Amino acid sequence: MSEHTESKDRSQLRQKRMIADHFERLSRAKEEGKKVVYTFVPGNLTELIGAFDMLPVLPEINALQSGMRKKSAGYIAEAEKSGHSEDVCTYVKCDIGMLRSGNIGPTGTKLPEPDLLLLSYTGCFTFMKWFELLKQEYKCPVVMLHVPYQPDGVITDEMRSYVVEQLRTEVIPAMERVTGTRVDVDKLAAHLSLSKQAEDDLVAVWESARHRPSPIDGYFGGVYYVGPIFSSFRGSHDAVMYYRELREEVEARVARKEGPMAPDGPVKEKYRLVVEGPPNWTNFNEFWQMFSREGAVVVSSTYTRVGGLYDQGFRHDPSHPLDTLADYCLGCYTNLGLPSRVDLLAKYIREYEADGFLVNSVKSCNSFSVGQLLMLRKLEEKTGVPGGFIESDLVDPRYFGKANIENRVQSYLQMLEARKARGTSADAVVSP
Amino acid sequence: MTDPAAPIFERARALVDDYTLGAVKAWKAAHPGALAVGHMPVYTPRPLIEATGSLPVAVFGGGDSLDIIRGDSYFQSYICHIPRSTVELGLGGHLDALDGMVFPSICDVIRNLGGMWKMLFPQKYVAYLDLPQNFDKDVGGRFYTSELRRIARELAGRGARTLDADALLGAIARENERRVTLEQLDAVRRAEPWRLRATEAYVAVRAGSVMPAEEHTRLLREILAAVKLRTARPVDNVRVVLVGSFCEQPPFELIRALEKAGCDIVEDDFQLGMRMIDGPIEPCAGEDPVEALSRAFLERGRASASRYIDRNEKGADLVARVHACAADGVIFAAASFCDPALLDQPMLEAALERAGIPHTSFKFAENTGQFQVIREQAGAFSDAVKLWGPAGAPVAAQEASV
Ligand code: SF4
Ligand code: SF4
Repeated sequence: MSEHTESKDRSQLRQKRMIADHFERLSRAKEEGKKVVYTFVPGNLTELIGAFDMLPVLPEINALQSGMRKKSAGYIAEAEKSGHSEDVCTYVKCDIGMLRSGNIGPTGTKLPEPDLLLLSYTGCFTFMKWFELLKQEYKCPVVMLHVPYQPDGVITDEMRSYVVEQLRTEVIPAMERVTGTRVDVDKLAAHLSLSKQAEDDLVAVWESARHRPSPIDGYFGGVYYVGPIFSSFRGSHDAVMYYRELREEVEARVARKEGPMAPDGPVKEKYRLVVEGPPNWTNFNEFWQMFSREGAVVVSSTYTRVGGLYDQGFRHDPSHPLDTLADYCLGCYTNLGLPSRVDLLAKYIREYEADGFLVNSVKSCNSFSVGQLLMLRKLEEKTGVPGGFIESDLVDPRYFGKANIENRVQSYLQMLEARKARGTSADAVVSP
Repeated sequence: MTDPAAPIFERARALVDDYTLGAVKAWKAAHPGALAVGHMPVYTPRPLIEATGSLPVAVFGGGDSLDIIRGDSYFQSYICHIPRSTVELGLGGHLDALDGMVFPSICDVIRNLGGMWKMLFPQKYVAYLDLPQNFDKDVGGRFYTSELRRIARELAGRGARTLDADALLGAIARENERRVTLEQLDAVRRAEPWRLRATEAYVAVRAGSVMPAEEHTRLLREILAAVKLRTARPVDNVRVVLVGSFCEQPPFELIRALEKAGCDIVEDDFQLGMRMIDGPIEPCAGEDPVEALSRAFLERGRASASRYIDRNEKGADLVARVHACAADGVIFAAASFCDPALLDQPMLEAALERAGIPHTSFKFAENTGQFQVIREQAGAFSDAVKLWGPAGAPVAAQEASV
C-alpha cells in the first residue's frame, strides 16, 4: 500500500469506526438508561444533545442509508400501501416504511425508540409533517424549534432572539425533563469549542478545491466528508480527530498534485463543476461514475452546506452558546432565500473557477427544487457559465432514469468540451 | 319564479373569474396613490394591510381558464400547479395592478415562489411572512408582532400610510363584521344547504379577495338577504366536509360535480385564510392592536396543515367540525403534489377512522378538465352513506386522481 493510500484510509476508517460505535451505543441505550432523541440534520443541536448525554438518531441519514443499501424501494412501497401519497417526499415514506418493517438501522440492529422528538424546523416544511407523523407512532414528547426563514439572507435580531427564546423556554426544559438533569452550560461550551476546531479543518478541506487539480470531489466525495459534522459527532473529540486527519490527507494530495479518488480509481480532472441539489442515493456510485469517468470533478456544492455554511465564516462560538446555536440553525443552506442561494452559487462558480454548474433536481424535495429552473437562468446571466439540469430522486429508485441522466450528463460535458475547444468567453452561454 | 340571488351571484362570479384584477384597478383609480398588495394562501392578516390604506388582494393562481405558456418552464413536472399559473399571471402582466406580494409561510413551494418573485419582479415589493409555529405570546407572539410591524413599515416605505393604532382598530372592527357575516352565511349553508349551494358559498367568499372587508360584508349581506327569499325544497343529499383545498383551488366545475353527485358540502377549507381565526379579533383595553392580531392567531388560529399542532390530537379539530355541522362524511380533495395536504391526510384519515366517520379522497389540479371519475366516486360515496348511514358506510373509499 502506498503512503498516501494508507493516510487516506485513516480518516475513512475512523469515520467507519465512529459510526459503528454510535449505532452500538444506540443499541445499548435502553439498557444503559441513555436517552435517545430523534432530530433532523439542518439545524441540528448536536452539542446541546451531547451536553445532556443523549444520543441522536437522524431519520434523514437512515433514509439515505436505506437508499444506498437498496432497501428504500421496499420501505417506500410499504408506506404507500398504508396510505401515503406517491407525490410526497420519499425520505418520509422511507422512514415510515422502515419503522413499519421493524426499524432496523443501517448496521442491522434495531434502532431504539425515541425519548424525545426534537423537531428542528429549519429550511424544510416537510420536517413538521414528518415528526407529526412520528408523533402518532411513539409515546414520547415532541419539542418544536421553529427556525425562521432568511428570505433576504440576513439574520435579524428578532429572528435570533425568537430561536434563543425557544431554546430557553421549550427545548432545554424538554431535555431537562426527559433526562432528569439540568443543562450544564460549561459542558455545552466545551462541545461548541470542539465543533469550532472541526469546522476550521472542514473549511480547509472545502477550500482545497481551489487548487488545480482539485484534491477532492466536493459533492460525491463531499457527502462523506460532511458525515460526521452533519450527524451525531459535531462537538466530539472524534470529529476533531477525523477532520484533522482528513485535512492532512487532502493537503498531502495537494502537495502531490493528485485529484480525488472515485469508486473506480483516481480522477484526472478535465472539467470543474459546481453542483446544486442533493444527490441520488439509490444509484450513488453509478451516478458518481457518470462524472468521474469523464474527468468531471465537483469543486463545490450546495448540498454539502445544508448542515452549515462554515465556508462563509460561520463558526460555533462557545462564548455565546445559545446565540451561536440560533445562528447555526438560521444559517443552513436551505434556509436561505433563492436570491441568496443564487449569489452563493455564483460565488462558488467564480471562486472555484468552475467550467460549468449542474442542478440535480430531486422530486422529493420542494425545499431545494422549487425555483431551480429560474436559479439556473439567473446563474447563467450572472456568471456567463453554462448550466445543466438533470432530474432524479433521493431514495426512490423509480425516479432514477439511468440512461436519461447519463445522456444528459454526457451531452452537457460535451458541450463544455466544445466550449473549451473554442476558448469560448463568458458571454457565449448555452442553455441545456 | 326567478331566483332573487342570481344577479348577485353573477356579479360575484365575474369578480372571481377576472384574473386581470379589474376590480383592483378600479379601486386604485378611486384611491390615487394607495397600494394594492397581493397575498398568497393560506393566511395573511388582511386588516394589517387595510390599516395602511392599502387593498389586500388574495391571489389563488390562475384557475382553469388561463393558458399556461411561460409558467411551466419555471417548474418541474412534480410541483403543484398554483405556482406556475401565478408566475404566468405575473409574466403576462395580469398582476401589474399589485404593488407588492406577500408570501406567507405555508409550504416550501410558496416560500420559494417568494424568492422567485423577487428575481422576476425586482421593482415590486415582496415580503415573506413567517407565521409562528410557537404559540407562546412572549416567544412566537413577540416574533410574529415584529413580522407584522416590519411588513407595515416596509409598505409605508413604498408609499402606504404609516400604521397607527386607530387605523388598525378600525380595520379589525371591519374584519370582525365580515367574519360575523361569513358565519351567518355558513349557518345558512349548514341549516339549509339547498338555500345556498357550496358553489355559491365559494363564489361569495372568494369575491372578497379583491375588495376591502367593508365592501365584502355588504356583498355578503345582500347575498344573505337574497337567498332567504328562495323557495327551493330540500333534496336528499349527504352532508360532507371537504378538506385539503386550502391553497390551490379546485376548478369551479369540480365543486359543482360533487354537488351533482349528491353531496352537500356543508363545510370546506377553500379560502381558509378568510376564516383562519375562529371568532372575532378582540383587542383588550389598552392593548396594542398589533398584539391583538397576533394573539388571535396564536390562540384561535384554526388547525390546518401548515400549522404545527402542539397540544391537541392531530385530526381532533376535523372530527369536531364534522360533528358540529352534522356531516355524514369527509371528502379529501388535495391538489396533486401538495405536500402539506397529502402528508396531513393519513393522520386526519386515522382520526376519522377512530371516530367512525366515512371518508373518500381524490386529487386534482386547478386546471383539471375531466370530472367524470370524481363524480362517479363521489356518487358512490354518497350512495354508500345514504344506504348504510354514516356508521355503516365503508370508512375509507378508494382514491381517485385526475
Ligand atoms: S423535503 Fe427535502 S429537506 Fe425536507 S425532508 Fe424531504 S428531502 Fe429533506
Ligand atoms: S398547493 Fe400545496 S404544495 Fe402547492 S403551493 Fe399550495 S400548499 Fe404548497
